[in-house]
Amino acid sequence: MLNQYFFDSFLIPGLIIIAQILAVVVPVLICVAFLVYSERKVLALIQLRRGPNIVGPFGLLQSFADALKLLTKENIIPSGSNKFVFLLAPIITMVLSLAGWAVIPFAPGLVVSDINVGIMYLFAVSSLGVYGVIMAGWASNSKYPFLGALRSAAQMVSYEVSIGFVIITVLLCVGSLNLTKIVEAQQTVWFAIPLLPMFVIFFISALAETNRLPFDLPEDESTLVAGFFTEYSSSSFVLFFLAEYASMILMSSMTVILFMGGWLPPFDIYPLNVVPGIVWFTLKVIFILFLFIWVRATFPRYRYDQLMRLGWKVFLPFSLLWVVVTSGFLVIFDKLPS
Amino acid sequence: MILYSISFYLFSTIAVFSALMVISAKNPVHSVLFLILSFVNASGLFVLLGAEFLAMILVVVYVGAVAVLFLFVVMMLDINFIKLREGFLQYLPFGALLGLVLIIELGMLFYTETYSEVRLVEFSNKPLIAEIENTKMIGEILYTDYFYLFQISGIILLVAMIGSITLTLRDRGKVKRQDINSQNNLDSKNAIEKKKVKLGEGI
Repeated sequence: MLNQYFFDSFLIPGLIIIAQILAVVVPVLICVAFLVYSERKVLALIQLRRGPNIVGPFGLLQSFADALKLLTKENIIPSGSNKFVFLLAPIITMVLSLAGWAVIPFAPGLVVSDINVGIMYLFAVSSLGVYGVIMAGWASNSKYPFLGALRSAAQMVSYEVSIGFVIITVLLCVGSLNLTKIVEAQQTVWFAIPLLPMFVIFFISALAETNRLPFDLPEDESTLVAGFFTEYSSSSFVLFFLAEYASMILMSSMTVILFMGGWLPPFDIYPLNVVPGIVWFTLKVIFILFLFIWVRATFPRYRYDQLMRLGWKVFLPFSLLWVVVTSGFLVIFDKLPS
Repeated sequence: MILYSISFYLFSTIAVFSALMVISAKNPVHSVLFLILSFVNASGLFVLLGAEFLAMILVVVYVGAVAVLFLFVVMMLDINFIKLREGFLQYLPFGALLGLVLIIELGMLFYTETYSEVRLVEFSNKPLIAEIENTKMIGEILYTDYFYLFQISGIILLVAMIGSITLTLRDRGKVKRQDINSQNNLDSKNAIEKKKVKLGEGI
């Protein structure tokens, strides 16, 4: 029966795939809404203010109110802009920040696609993120967005190099590019402890990669108005905004998987290992996100040449050195994973 | 398997179409964007072949780094590309010759018997998804049979890099550089100087 065949081999697998995608994307978007709220709240507490407290209990619904407000506004497209690329840029940014979630293992077996080159896929997706920014800056046909785009192109390419070396260091200790295996390799000790300097470098590079303070030079509001999204309004602005926070959560998850043992409990003892893995994973991601916000409230913005100096003259040689040291250590003590 | 064929034709059609658009788009920035689209689709084809490591490397290296810088340069340069296009017919025979050479070389790969134990191209119509990880397979061949070729290509890249640095390195006269250490070591004693200024004279 052709009908039965169609039903079994296309419709049901297709529906399962769509359900899996929704099961990941919808919680991520809800998390984004509450991340924005918590960022405003934490910043407010650090600066001795009260933060959002009007919409809903404790202001919890503030992000949804903001999103509704933005979506109902008019989407203005500058007349001098390249319309197609102008509208494509936020879409690409948003899609890329969600695409990475396909390979993130939340708990043992709880992953949409458990591919062999998981970490390479994440690295590739995060390196594509720069295109949304460049296209937005170029298509706006105005000087501030263009300057923002140029800054972000150089910045993201520079910091990817050191992220690559950090990932290589971790891979040397794991012997696989599969994210599940990377987490399982941390049963005895989280990589954040033996590879502490790499953990710090990865976190700082993640800040630069997601264009967060103190490295938010692409949007640098005190000199470039709003950087690459100066000309954007309404729903296309919302997409950029959501994408920034979604990729923040993605980079935090990557940090947790590479260095903080993913879903593993801190110690494998009774009350801790009963807690489901996804709870540990979420708690660790929240911790890293808190660091992101804390850094934002604490440090002043880097000047552009300082940013480049840090990337090329400090992180790159140091992480290269650590790759050599780690591999040398593993070879001498015969600890190389087979 | 029909999904496999659908995605193969989807990826290859978009790749060929965007490759055509690279050379026919009027706006150079659009050309580069189509080039990127073509790269991404080529990496999709690699995934279909079961070469997931190559696919990811293609995206990371070419799309994530090379094409970004390329786009960067094309956006910044004020080249009159319409004028460049005028020599299209003049360069056509040369380009066609290059294309022909490339096709012959690629065809020869299929008939190469052995450089090493492993045949370069296996004739197969289905994706090879081996038990052993793709990355490991590449590593085992690259660092044994093809070790010298691998090292030589690395040296060629190094030479190109040094060459481009020497081409752009020039004495810019007085450049004010920031010395982070000396700046961090500043304190109120050596940063501030007290001077007695006489009235109406200044320093």
